Amino acid sequence: MSVIEVRHLRKAYGGHVVVDDVSFDVGEGEIVGILGPNGTGKTTTVECIEGLRSPDGGSISVLGLDPQRDRAALRRVLGVQLQAGELPERLRVREAVELFAAFYEDPADPAELIDRWGLGPKRDAFYRDLSGGQRQRLSIVLALVGRPRVAILDELTTGLDPQARRDTWAAIEQIRGEGVSVLLVTHIMEEAERLCDRVAVFSAGRVVAVDSPAGLIAGLAGGQRLRFRPSAPVDEAVLRALPEVDAVRRHGPDLEITGRGELLTAVTTRLARLGVVPTGLRVEQARLDDVVVALTGHEPVEEPA
Amino acid sequence: MTARSATAVLARTEARLFLREPGTLLLALLLPTVLLVGLGAVPALREPSPAFGGQAFLSGYTPSLLGWSLAFLALQTMPANLVAYREKGILRRLAITPVRPAVVLQVQLLLNVVTAAIAMVLVVVVAVGVFGSAPPRHPLAFAAAFVIGSASMFALGLLIAALAPRAKAAAALGTLGLLVTQFFGGLYLPRFLLPEVIVRIGEFVPPGIGAFQSAWTGDGATPVQLTVLSAVAVVATVAAVRYFRWE
Repeated sequence: MSVIEVRHLRKAYGGHVVVDDVSFDVGEGEIVGILGPNGTGKTTTVECIEGLRSPDGGSISVLGLDPQRDRAALRRVLGVQLQAGELPERLRVREAVELFAAFYEDPADPAELIDRWGLGPKRDAFYRDLSGGQRQRLSIVLALVGRPRVAILDELTTGLDPQARRDTWAAIEQIRGEGVSVLLVTHIMEEAERLCDRVAVFSAGRVVAVDSPAGLIAGLAGGQRLRFRPSAPVDEAVLRALPEVDAVRRHGPDLEITGRGELLTAVTTRLARLGVVPTGLRVEQARLDDVVVALTGHEPVEEPA
Repeated sequence: MTARSATAVLARTEARLFLREPGTLLLALLLPTVLLVGLGAVPALREPSPAFGGQAFLSGYTPSLLGWSLAFLALQTMPANLVAYREKGILRRLAITPVRPAVVLQVQLLLNVVTAAIAMVLVVVVAVGVFGSAPPRHPLAFAAAFVIGSASMFALGLLIAALAPRAKAAAALGTLGLLVTQFFGGLYLPRFLLPEVIVRIGEFVPPGIGAFQSAWTGDGATPVQLTVLSAVAVVATVAAVRYFRWE
């Protein structure tokens, strides 16, 4: 069953269409990523799902609720981490979490949540004295303190150092283990590959692909590359005839084959039937960022770590 | 948890944050009383004199002190907090919880009104208890002056919060409002020394120091002033609601 269902969503600001015919689902217990360059309607889409903006067209359902009509009910089951947003400077970590816990009927234990997210030593610190990473973790804690069934996390690990980033990913996997469905807005490819069951790639306000990260990579033309030295001469046309193969090139004694899908299996099987052994075989996989570049025509912007 | 306990926790949290700003607290809560004590320590200001319109300087000036806390909290503290909350995305963050962000506004309003009331009570208690002023002759009229005076001031404060796009703009508007209302209230130059026309205009400038004075030492009834100040409160509130932005 789908926890979030977005159908033909459309949103324009003063005649400028920012989200155009966007459709995707988030299944129960699934982590779905929204991926794409900046300014492609990711945040607007998420804000429509959160009920902060009203769509101009299409429909959204979150656990069967309409974000505009059923605002009150939605807010009890949805946990949101906003991309930007601060707290009062002299609010202590513990006070912030206890405050937000009081907003919900059956909240998580604030102290336990603070410890789990590594904020234990900072429980009595003022918000203004927290580092960027600590603020980020606090904002995740506030999104989860109401024990939401659905969590929307916008730029989850932006501003975190690599170790904090990995810790955060591990914690998100733990939330998923508890049955929370997660919609993750990100531009960090490694994060999407590591966490997401499926990814919706946004480009210029549209969804250009929805698939698992592996599926997207496998489907990319020339997304896989094999290089080997055949033990005996091979007729390149035989390899080109394989549906998985996009191109065959010769580099001296070596062959380089690019293609998609089960390229490795297809090529090695064919070679075996020809009695040819691929020696020095190397396999190169495209990464998710290659897919996003190919789909959107934008270089992903990787923030400085 | 119920909506009531959410509001209670929010009120407690806001009160804590409020108490963590000692500068604001000192300026808003204690300054008028400190001024009163300082002026009251000068014997000549306690004696009736023709120079002060036949009364003691202190008794003619004390009502003007009542407007300070109200103006400071309503025009500076509260709008600054609300605009900062909007700027920092705190109102927006609350908008996606089961608590409506309007609750923060109510809590802020309550907190500041209560502080202003305490500051005023402090001035009256010190004036009566320490310097032997007569207690307000018309307590009900005094209460009415407080309710309507606060309503007009805080309505203007909400309007500032609604119109100011940034914290800096809110601070500028608040300071301007503070200077103007306190001028007409007779804080800089006592009302008995102000030109007649300024005093007449000042009757209708929030928070209506004339109404406080009349309730304290005069004959109490100031229906025209209170009606005008009520109208200011209503118009400013309607405009604030119309223009307020949560993000």
